[in-house]
Amino acid sequence: MPKPKVIIAKLGLDGHDRGAKVIARALAEAGFEVVYTGIRQTPSQVIETAIQEDAKLIGISILSGSHMELIGELMRIMRERGVSIPVLVGGIIPPEDRDALLKMGVAGVYGPGTPLREIIDIVKKLTGVS
Amino acid sequence: MSVADRLREKYDEWVREFLIPTLKRVPEWRKFATSFGVEIKPLYTPLDVKGDYLEKMGFPGEYPFTRGIYPTMYRSRLWTFREYSGFGSPEDTNKRYKFLISQGQTGLSVAFDLPTQLGLDPDHELAYPEVGKVGVSVPEVVSMSILFNGIDISKITTSFTINATAAEILSMYITVAEGVGIDKAVLDGTIQNDILKEFIARNLYIYPPLHSMRYAVDIIAYTSRNMPKWHPISISGYHFREAGATAVQEVAFTLADAIEYTNWVINRWKMGVDDFAPGLSFFFAATTNLFEEVAKFRAARRLYARIMRERFGAKKLESMKLKFHVQTSGATLTAQQPEVNIIRTTIQALAAVLGGAQSLHVNAYDEALALPTERSVKLALRVQQVIAYESGVIDSIDPLGGSYYIEWLTDAIEEEVMKIIDYVDKLGGMTRAVEIGYPQRAIAESAYQYQKMVEEGKIAVIGVNMFREEEEELHIELHRVDPVSRERSIKRVREVRERRDREAWERALNDLRRAAELEDENIFPYILNAIRAKATVGEVSGVLREVWGEYKPPSIY
Repeated sequence: MPKPKVIIAKLGLDGHDRGAKVIARALAEAGFEVVYTGIRQTPSQVIETAIQEDAKLIGISILSGSHMELIGELMRIMRERGVSIPVLVGGIIPPEDRDALLKMGVAGVYGPGTPLREIIDIVKKLTGVS
Repeated sequence: MSVADRLREKYDEWVREFLIPTLKRVPEWRKFATSFGVEIKPLYTPLDVKGDYLEKMGFPGEYPFTRGIYPTMYRSRLWTFREYSGFGSPEDTNKRYKFLISQGQTGLSVAFDLPTQLGLDPDHELAYPEVGKVGVSVPEVVSMSILFNGIDISKITTSFTINATAAEILSMYITVAEGVGIDKAVLDGTIQNDILKEFIARNLYIYPPLHSMRYAVDIIAYTSRNMPKWHPISISGYHFREAGATAVQEVAFTLADAIEYTNWVINRWKMGVDDFAPGLSFFFAATTNLFEEVAKFRAARRLYARIMRERFGAKKLESMKLKFHVQTSGATLTAQQPEVNIIRTTIQALAAVLGGAQSLHVNAYDEALALPTERSVKLALRVQQVIAYESGVIDSIDPLGGSYYIEWLTDAIEEEVMKIIDYVDKLGGMTRAVEIGYPQRAIAESAYQYQKMVEEGKIAVIGVNMFREEEEELHIELHRVDPVSRERSIKRVREVRERRDREAWERALNDLRRAAELEDENIFPYILNAIRAKATVGEVSGVLREVWGEYKPPSIY
């Protein structure tokens, strides 16, 4: 059975895409079908892509410090449109914002130094792949 | 028997009778290789150093500058202590600059927020979440004057990390200087203005590659004629390295970019290489791999000198000198056990100084978590000061020169770099290589391989894959951007729009539009004119977007 489709997206104006690309490739090698949106995506663009692709998970990468605003917007639009798939966030996220993001409904926040294995495991778990 | 033959014989004997028997008892505990995959031997001797001293190394201040670009190096003048900083509104950042100067910083380096770098005013819908986050918001000339309030810009050198909107920012700086009676010809500093590396790694581009190249080289032509002290470009390898490139790829893509810009200025503006090359400057990363980094800087210096003399026929020594700024590598910093980062950055800064850098930024230890606080940036500056004033590494020029290992490594890097430069030549130069995605893919591949090696424990990261603490608690205070600063920025840009002379503003933007449509016109004076008429960065790049379009990159990983 083919593994589910996941979206890896760069939200906002941030250009740091090393992490997003490495994660995209690691998930692809782990058997997932990965759609990488590229940089400078708005929250509604990401959700649109997720709906069109029938994705089972969204992974967001932000290193610009605008995660509170942009993830807040993303979660709000997802609720409005009735999209309920897990969202993971990676990047430079100060510890106190991490808790706030989890309260917003984000399924996990992963900072620098997280092993790829851990990311692959959580994506498997959240998309129901055993 | 010649001296070399005798040495070879003794070396073979040492390998046979000492090295191999010892290795049988005490094997090496890992493989030893350069970051670009070349095996490192246990020992280097004169047998590994090929070529003639005068030809390959020479003396500092003399071609090919392997040992340094100045005859006296740090004995007459230390490198510039230049911490990259900016956040919130110009008021917040001005306060930080004054603090840094009071602590012994000797040059300024401006970090702009993403909207300013991408030509969006702070009240633009896409800009709003990002205002003042990764840098300071400077959407118009009034903000620029506040940024330098109380700082004598005729004395201090300032570096602006600005690319897709470099002309707008330089125009604001010129306008602010003129406002306080300083002629632009006196201004000394740098704009990054390296758009090729934005397409390759840093990703803050606006227009398609060919229009972007015109924009960049028009600035180079303008300042070369009108601002003799100004560096109109800082050709950057730093961002390649941060995106995952090896040391060799970093130097190769940077020098290939330098070749591309040089060709463009010569072809577009019919200038002689010596008329603008002295203004070109460079920017590299320093990782914790001390000797490899020192060798990298030395190899880059020698290669650049050869390229400028042999390929472009430069006559002036100034045109052949690789002048460079170094920033310690942000990507090597860890969020885990962040204090350990101070040790990393100290070794990295040492690499820059032993490598002969002209200017240095040391990262703060908390940068894997947030922007630096006053406390963390002060410590970073202190790292530079301890190296400069206490360590004694500056006492003699190029103190590692002549080490058999360093000289071998310098040659090895040079050789590998040339292979990539030759390949880029075959592709038709860097603009073409970028269009087909060659450097982008090469860097993404290196980044992935690096990450896999970290996962497999082949590359050590203390606190992450070695000596990790599972229940780590963070005991450091992190920087927060004052939320009021965004509203201040938006209010100011609206005031500037309301109060300006509408007619002059409109005329300036119309002139700019016409100049953008004409291929042969230098775009810079029109941008300067628009900024003088109080046009905002969003309005200027808005006009250029309309005429030139926006670049939409392929999303490859």
